[in-house]
Amino acid sequence: MELQQFKYDNKITKYFIIATVIFGLVGMLVGLLIATQLVFPEMNMGLQYTSFGRLRPLHTNAIIFAFVGNAMFAGVYYSMQRLLKTRMFSDMLSWIHFWGWQLIILAAAITLPLGLTSSKEYAELEWPIDIAITLIWIVFGINMIGTILKRRERHMYVAIWFYIATFVTVAVLHVVNSFAIPVDFFKSYSWYAGVQDALVQWWYGHNAVAFFLTTPFLGLMYYYLPKAANRPVYSYKLSIIHFWSLIFIYIWAGPHHLLYTSLPDWAQSLGVVFSVMLIAPSWGGMLNGLLTLRGAWDRVREDPVLKFMVVAVTAYGMSTLEGPLLSIKSINAIAHFTDWIIAHVHIGGLGWNGFMIFGMLYWLIPKMWGTKLHSTKLANVHFWLGTLGIIVYALPLYAAGVTQSLMWKDFDAEGFLEYPNFLQTVTQIIPMYMMRAIGGLLYLSGAIIMTYNLIKTASSGYFIANEDAEAPALEKKKIVGGHWHSAWERKPVFFTVLVLVAILIGGIVEMVPTFLIDSNIKTIETVQPYTPLELHGRDLYIKEGCVSCHTQMVRPFRSETERYRGEYSKAGEFVYDHPFLWGSKRTGPDLHRIGGRYNDAWHYSHMYDPQITSKGSIMPPYPWLFTQSIDPEKTAGKIRALRKVGVPYPEGYEDTANEELKAQAQKIVASLKADGIEASEGAEIIALIAYLQRLGTDIKVETAQK
Amino acid sequence: MFKHYFEQVHNVAIWPIISLSIFFVFFLGLMIYVWKIKKSYVDQMGEMPLKDDSPEIRTHSINLNNH
Repeated sequence: MELQQFKYDNKITKYFIIATVIFGLVGMLVGLLIATQLVFPEMNMGLQYTSFGRLRPLHTNAIIFAFVGNAMFAGVYYSMQRLLKTRMFSDMLSWIHFWGWQLIILAAAITLPLGLTSSKEYAELEWPIDIAITLIWIVFGINMIGTILKRRERHMYVAIWFYIATFVTVAVLHVVNSFAIPVDFFKSYSWYAGVQDALVQWWYGHNAVAFFLTTPFLGLMYYYLPKAANRPVYSYKLSIIHFWSLIFIYIWAGPHHLLYTSLPDWAQSLGVVFSVMLIAPSWGGMLNGLLTLRGAWDRVREDPVLKFMVVAVTAYGMSTLEGPLLSIKSINAIAHFTDWIIAHVHIGGLGWNGFMIFGMLYWLIPKMWGTKLHSTKLANVHFWLGTLGIIVYALPLYAAGVTQSLMWKDFDAEGFLEYPNFLQTVTQIIPMYMMRAIGGLLYLSGAIIMTYNLIKTASSGYFIANEDAEAPALEKKKIVGGHWHSAWERKPVFFTVLVLVAILIGGIVEMVPTFLIDSNIKTIETVQPYTPLELHGRDLYIKEGCVSCHTQMVRPFRSETERYRGEYSKAGEFVYDHPFLWGSKRTGPDLHRIGGRYNDAWHYSHMYDPQITSKGSIMPPYPWLFTQSIDPEKTAGKIRALRKVGVPYPEGYEDTANEELKAQAQKIVASLKADGIEASEGAEIIALIAYLQRLGTDIKVETAQK
Repeated sequence: MFKHYFEQVHNVAIWPIISLSIFFVFFLGLMIYVWKIKKSYVDQMGEMPLKDDSPEIRTHSINLNNH
């Protein structure tokens, strides 16, 4: 058989690695900064661009899409060429992919601090960037499928399956969740409202974890772990079962992010059942990874690559056991909205993704530069700093989560809340926040040492940009027979379609009934669309990222209806919420029943400096809301866009809306004046107060009527 | 908007049952396949990541090991 000569493209891997390291350091640094802000609010630096609410999405996006994303592409481009015995399908597509992705990251780094956000977690970027992501993702997909089609290896190794699943599923998730109607170039409203928006968002959010942070990394594990250990994966049979069961089950589990919310009960239960089932494939994968090292454990003592990978796979196992447990309703009742969840995701992020990346980089760079690692000793220092960093990060947050949650739920002997002031439960856990920041600092220090070590390694070698390779051509003759699965693997396009079917079923079964059945969302007659001024206020709430720290979802617990002095949140209250703003974390109290609880002057002072009304609060001041004005020109566009997604504003309402806006603003200014505060009508703070005072009050109108 | 389309689907409740059945059968098939799969094929697949080094890198590693 004729041997064909060709070259592997290492240069594209090199560039993705450089981006990984740079954005990794940046993402971690932003993380450290916002962790510090939770202890010292002064670290918000009095600037709107550096306030916690705007930087938090920058941190999550930088880590997920820039650090982990670039690492994924580096790992995929390297392993795919070798597993398929061919160069990538098109060098041009590879480079469009690379530079396109970096431009998207740049756009995110500019728009998020400016407060241009959709507010949907891990999907914050506004619609023009969403379209760019879609296009670049398709470029990646074409390049990948093209490479598979021109391969010289008949069978696709299991890592490739995981890459295919990643491409297909992320494409579906991103497109469905990003449906929105633009108001202008920088602003849009989600196509979905309230409960439906929440369901779509967490179907996306959960599966972004599954198919951006997990499946590609399982593919990388199945390639780089055997490489580093120099032995085949423990059980290839297990990897087949692992793949199909994981991609099928994962997609159903999203609703576990919405337990005890206004989501219909059946959807919550479905999410719980599938989440618990997920333990099986996840642990199958973890054991398959760890058992690959059977008989080679002595090497784990010496080889930093294996050290990192062992901890990574262990962290994968821990967080995939923890996740299902957190999905059980009784555990979720304690953990949800607390720092426990932050600890959980960081076991995954720092442990699984981070350590897998570090292991991969320590293996790849000496290989691609044809040299040895500059210093094994420094790599070991990195390993221990990182490991300690994870522990010092996570343990205090577990303690903080449980402590705070139990304080929220604590009643005294007379049946009153033991800690009626939310702030008491915050000041209690500040020492834990401090330790968390130290954990983050340790982890970041390790990454800096790695960067130095890798640069030294590269400079001691010579970069092999185009690596010679040879393989026999794939014969065109039709192979008949073989088992059906091995036949499928030979048909990559068919295989891709099967993957698509597997992941669509879960999403459709969950979402169709929620959109279809009227009884899922009980209509509440008194619930009305927002007034124009409240709309402006709501958009400011979105812009400032208030949703990062405040929920709008009073769960049906006595401890919550008591604390938030109102009924628990009903699905029908959110029918005009494009997007929903339920939030996922209570660093501050829930705000769904905040309307009418304090007077306008209280909100005015509180936003100017939270210390005035709440001594010891860790919320930063928002002085710019008092000097910046809302733009009434935008009112009409907002109303038109919302009407398109189904909010029943009457025709022509946009023409008179600004008069109504002005009247409502004057009322608030007058009420402030009665309390001795001079405020200007157009100031952003007035709109924000209008929105906050409206929150959760519609349902009270109904109660009053009865 | 979405409602309109889904309402055209007759007996919508049958779809989850069908999908469950499809996947039950699929998994059953998968387990049987994995059970019966040939050892030579599994070994060959498992070895795949270990056999992809180019001659250039292989020579290089050998040189390093000899140092």
